[in-house]
Amino acid sequence: MKKLLLGNEALAQGAIDAGISGVYAYPGTPSTEITEYIQQSKIATELKIHSKWSVNEKTAMEAALGMSYAGKRAMTVMKHVGLNVAADVFMNMAISGINGGLVVVVADDPSMHSSQNEQDSRNYGRFAMIPILEPSNQQEAYDITRYAFYLSEQIGLPIMIRMVTRLSHSRAGIETYKPKPQNTIHLPKNPHQFQLIPIHARNRYQHLVAIQSDSRESSENSNFNKYISGPNNSLGIIASGIAYNYLMENFDDDTCPFPILKIGQYPLPKKQVTKLFDTCKKILVLEDGAPFIEELVHDYFGRNKKVMGRLTGHLNRVGELNPDNISDALGFEMTYPEDIPTIVTDRPPELCVGCAHRDLFEAINQLSKEHSNQQVFGDIGCYALGVLPPYKSINTLIDMGASITMAKGASDAGIHPSIAIIGDSTFTHSGMTGLLDAVIENTPITVIISDNSAIAMTGAQDSSASGRLISICKGIGVDENHLKVITPLHKNLAKNIDVIREEINYPGVSVVIAQRPCVQLPKERKDALKELQKTL
Amino acid sequence: MKTNIILAGVGGQGILTIAAILDTAALNGNLNIKQSEVHGMSQRGGAVQCHVRISDKEIFSDLIPLGKADLIISVEPMELLRYIPFLKEDGYLITDSNPFENIVNYPEVEKLKDVINSHPNSIIIDAKGTAKDLGNSKATNIVLLGAASALIPLNEAEIINAIKSLFERKGERIVNKNLKAFYKGKEIAAEIVS
Repeated sequence: MKKLLLGNEALAQGAIDAGISGVYAYPGTPSTEITEYIQQSKIATELKIHSKWSVNEKTAMEAALGMSYAGKRAMTVMKHVGLNVAADVFMNMAISGINGGLVVVVADDPSMHSSQNEQDSRNYGRFAMIPILEPSNQQEAYDITRYAFYLSEQIGLPIMIRMVTRLSHSRAGIETYKPKPQNTIHLPKNPHQFQLIPIHARNRYQHLVAIQSDSRESSENSNFNKYISGPNNSLGIIASGIAYNYLMENFDDDTCPFPILKIGQYPLPKKQVTKLFDTCKKILVLEDGAPFIEELVHDYFGRNKKVMGRLTGHLNRVGELNPDNISDALGFEMTYPEDIPTIVTDRPPELCVGCAHRDLFEAINQLSKEHSNQQVFGDIGCYALGVLPPYKSINTLIDMGASITMAKGASDAGIHPSIAIIGDSTFTHSGMTGLLDAVIENTPITVIISDNSAIAMTGAQDSSASGRLISICKGIGVDENHLKVITPLHKNLAKNIDVIREEINYPGVSVVIAQRPCVQLPKERKDALKELQKTL
Repeated sequence: MKTNIILAGVGGQGILTIAAILDTAALNGNLNIKQSEVHGMSQRGGAVQCHVRISDKEIFSDLIPLGKADLIISVEPMELLRYIPFLKEDGYLITDSNPFENIVNYPEVEKLKDVINSHPNSIIIDAKGTAKDLGNSKATNIVLLGAASALIPLNEAEIINAIKSLFERKGERIVNKNLKAFYKGKEIAAEIVS
């Protein structure tokens, strides 16, 4: 019997069946369900597979590398922008290489359904010079993950698996295979492999460059790269990952008349690409995300006009692909009966009824009437919805942690009041170091930590900040007299405004913790949080 | 056989439950299934949709192409219309009549109904009211599934089994309430169509 799984879940099951000893991750749409599946898996629990959330993507990836160093298989999972946070270890573990199999799963979000950009992680994989795998469907997500661990140990490098939103969040029936046992502890044979002081790092880099030919060879022979012949050589199609499905959707009898090179493993298999180029008059490149393959294979000066894709206007330059824009690129006539009726209005997402962020924004908006120069620097989380009406309380939203540091820079420039709003989990993810910057200079900013004790936007996962915020802020050096806790409820509005006003007027760093659990939390968790507060 | 269904609603209205029932029924009937859903930011009170594709052959795209949906089931009248470009010329529309008004510029409900009724194959039912009458307003989505069931090429016994297995852990009372909701929805739609 096939199992009905999301692409993310199929990948997670593949990792369990590949014999991982641990998954390390921070939640982020569209990647979250991978780790959650392992957390909820009975088998994974029995096998004692580590699956607790990490504080951020960098700590997650480093822990996974540590597990690999010990000889066991580890996976680290994140959304595309999470890889920016982990980029330091990511680049350097390509130099060190791995011991136990190590797989980095990155879920990209073309069309920015739940993200601030649509960066394509394949660029990172190429940057680090490691193999990249890109499944086209749920079964491949399972199969490719099992293969990824084999490939990682065979070639001695971390392997990237690149997912995209539509595959992550789409279900299908998948077949699973017999699980592999976990590795036992075995330390690296070469004692200098993980000692990246220049003398060893130079050797490792030479090694990384030298094994690129193995990487290319592996791609040429990979089951996930397939040359599919076709009778009509007027066009050849390179289709990577999920784009292959959208392509095939356009042919009723499931056969495409044009030769296709289906890509699921990088570096690109040069022999197969060459064959397609030699066989076909024109080449159409279909890939979800950036024109990554297209940039590699198109003629720099654009003189031969052979390659078509996102760079040439045959496909949308930004946003995800779908069967319709590929149909258009193939020159098929598109017909659909009706447009969206004009009576239909937009329905953007909004904060839940009863959400504590609402009460906080109400207070902030009242205060903005007192200070025409007030600037509010926001951060990543549900409270980002404070950018939108009805609140429109937030002026900036850039990346995890940027609220505090941007507020500091703006304050240095002379802006007052300069207010940062950051969630509890985002604060422990990337806010603490920025707060230390502000404390060192006693910069006049007011940091409001909107503490709902959950990673709410991604499904109310446990926050590593719960019960720790006050001691963290004190430890960083925030003056106790300017470390306040408020309860954002409508009945407290006047009181809360007074507290925040007072801290705005203080010419130094102040922190206001606006504390009330996320309304999405089940009662047991709210009760547990109450008990926790009592112990503090 | 290939059937494309779009489920529409607002985050939190239970369209994924309808999808889960269809998925399970299809898989138990040895059919292929692909079901694309929305997670993340839009789930917070925003417009959400779910593409369900069922076929006895291989299904490629996770997304339904424009103009290829056989059926749109919506738990909210305006959300139904948002996906009209996906509907086949002879496709069907089934929606609950009760609006979910969490935006200031929500259109007049009667005008919405006029637009829906101008479509030849449309069924508007008071699914929420029906579910309430049956003592479980949470089963609005199941009433709609029942109303749509005649248009879905799945064995009814498989759908019933899927409802049973999905609600099993909530106890027999909830299972039975949902089964009642399903049959009532089916009955209402049959009356409207005849």
